[in-house]
Amino acid sequence: MATIAEKILAKASGKEKVVPNEIVMAKIDIAMSHENADVVLRSFREIGVKHVWDKNKIVILFDHRIPAESEKSATTHKRLREFVKGQDITYFYDMKEGICHQILPEFGHCRPGEVLVGTDSHTTTHGAFGTFATGIGATEMSGVWATGELWLKVPESIKINITGPFKHYVSAKDLILHIIGMLGSDGANYQAVEFHGKTIKRLSIASRMVLCNLSMEMGAKVAFIVPDEKTIAYVKERTDKKFDVMLPNEDAYYANVIDIDVTNLESQIACPHAVDNVKSVKEIEGTKINQALIGSCTNGRLEDLAVAAKILANKTVHTDVRLLVIPASRKVYLEAIKKGYIEIFVKAGSLVLNPGCGPCLGAHQGLLAPGEVCVATTNRNFKGRMGSPESFVYLASPATVAASAIQGEITPPAES
Amino acid sequence: MKGSSQSPRPSVSLSVSLRVSGRAYKFGDNINTDVIYPGKYLSITTDREEMAKHCFETVYPEFLKNAKHGDIIVAGKNFGCGSSREQAATCLKYFGISAIIAESFARIFYRNAINLGLPVLVAPDINQKVEHNDSIEIDLETGILKNMRTNEVIKATKLPPFILEIIKVGGLIPYLRKKLGIEK
Repeated sequence: MATIAEKILAKASGKEKVVPNEIVMAKIDIAMSHENADVVLRSFREIGVKHVWDKNKIVILFDHRIPAESEKSATTHKRLREFVKGQDITYFYDMKEGICHQILPEFGHCRPGEVLVGTDSHTTTHGAFGTFATGIGATEMSGVWATGELWLKVPESIKINITGPFKHYVSAKDLILHIIGMLGSDGANYQAVEFHGKTIKRLSIASRMVLCNLSMEMGAKVAFIVPDEKTIAYVKERTDKKFDVMLPNEDAYYANVIDIDVTNLESQIACPHAVDNVKSVKEIEGTKINQALIGSCTNGRLEDLAVAAKILANKTVHTDVRLLVIPASRKVYLEAIKKGYIEIFVKAGSLVLNPGCGPCLGAHQGLLAPGEVCVATTNRNFKGRMGSPESFVYLASPATVAASAIQGEITPPAES
Repeated sequence: MKGSSQSPRPSVSLSVSLRVSGRAYKFGDNINTDVIYPGKYLSITTDREEMAKHCFETVYPEFLKNAKHGDIIVAGKNFGCGSSREQAATCLKYFGISAIIAESFARIFYRNAINLGLPVLVAPDINQKVEHNDSIEIDLETGILKNMRTNEVIKATKLPPFILEIIKVGGLIPYLRKKLGIEK
């Protein structure tokens, strides 16, 4: 009778069942903050509670501005290290580990059936593990630090069935861009998205994370891959903690059911300045670029670097283009070194940066000048997002970005 | 410095009256939080008055010159989409925006505004019923708005009692202090 979201929220709020639009007080299993923990901290002090509710359930890490790009950020890092020590927070990852949405699963913090909140909108990523994972604000996170609870409205759910085989070089990124283009930037606003279907079962964990990560860009509150043996194997390898796998009932109610066959899907690209402004790469083939970027919480994982390395092997990045490569985490970086990908990137003339968010949010490490064009594997192309408000950001798959970096213009991967 | 021609803004009142009136400052659809509060200022984490100096600065710099303390933002659909950055709601609150009425909100921005005690109301077609600079009156308790220029009464979605309670006491922090029995 219930969807995954309804089952998890019923359990978290101690109820038999919950219905969409009901407001519940949910117990939180994991509460994650990056540098904006500093914003949370100010509010936490205003509440006036001395100790956090559970030092084992809070995760703090640095990924947005690493190494510190300014004295201000260095001071934020310093203040948070002192807070972590003072409160004896168990799970603190200083700037060496990488992006929050990669290191949470890597270190076993994502488990099916739990509620995970993060002060970052792309927290939906962790629904790839059957976790009710959603982004929240800093003030409400301070309430979570103090009480371990949060008010949540039970979302309606929609079901997206994916079938068919992908064409060569067409990936989860192309699929989710296609879905966002179809539904629009508020097409799943406040809703829980469940991905079902044979194609999803075949997808790697990393590709599943891409779907859940970008579901945020159509407004989703949470996104789920229905947990299967692949999910359970990944999670069990990384945590000893027991968890309850929550599966949707056959007769669960969905506000919308969408069927998509990917057999004929081409490489997709989101054009400036909106993530739902999606076209096939072929439609804008030949658009000149100045920068290309492979990385971020969307596409900086090993399989992303693998496909880029395959395309860039024995090739050179176009002389008018700077290609930035940012592995999502230290573990990904090390694997990429072992497999020889990093050598391929450096030989081709890329700049390999330390694991982190990099220029995705326009903080540092590769901003754009007025009139410049970047094609990136990141998740937002809003006006001014990556530097000048007069610059242009296109979002595409790692294969499309690698192929475009070689040609100096937007290029579908197969033709490079 | 942008906005320096303005007289100093009155300090922001943190408790919220249930009747709000002000001048409409209009925006369109899908106003995202990168536009409201640019990423380059995210390193400002605690100084809320400083955050208020950068509202819409990169893409709509005229806001800082033309908007006034007490203005009500009127917008189309999906206001506040994108990043969860609370600075987007904080900067508007501390600039002195008294309420936001939109055809719909993105969920994290909506929560942030409520938690900061910044009233947010959903009213379908509001952007067609209100012009820039119109004077608006809002009754938060009933969700009824009035455009004082046209005298049109507009129904917004009534806030659930739980949310109204948070707004009434000035946000989640005073609400939690009360709930946890922490003295001022």
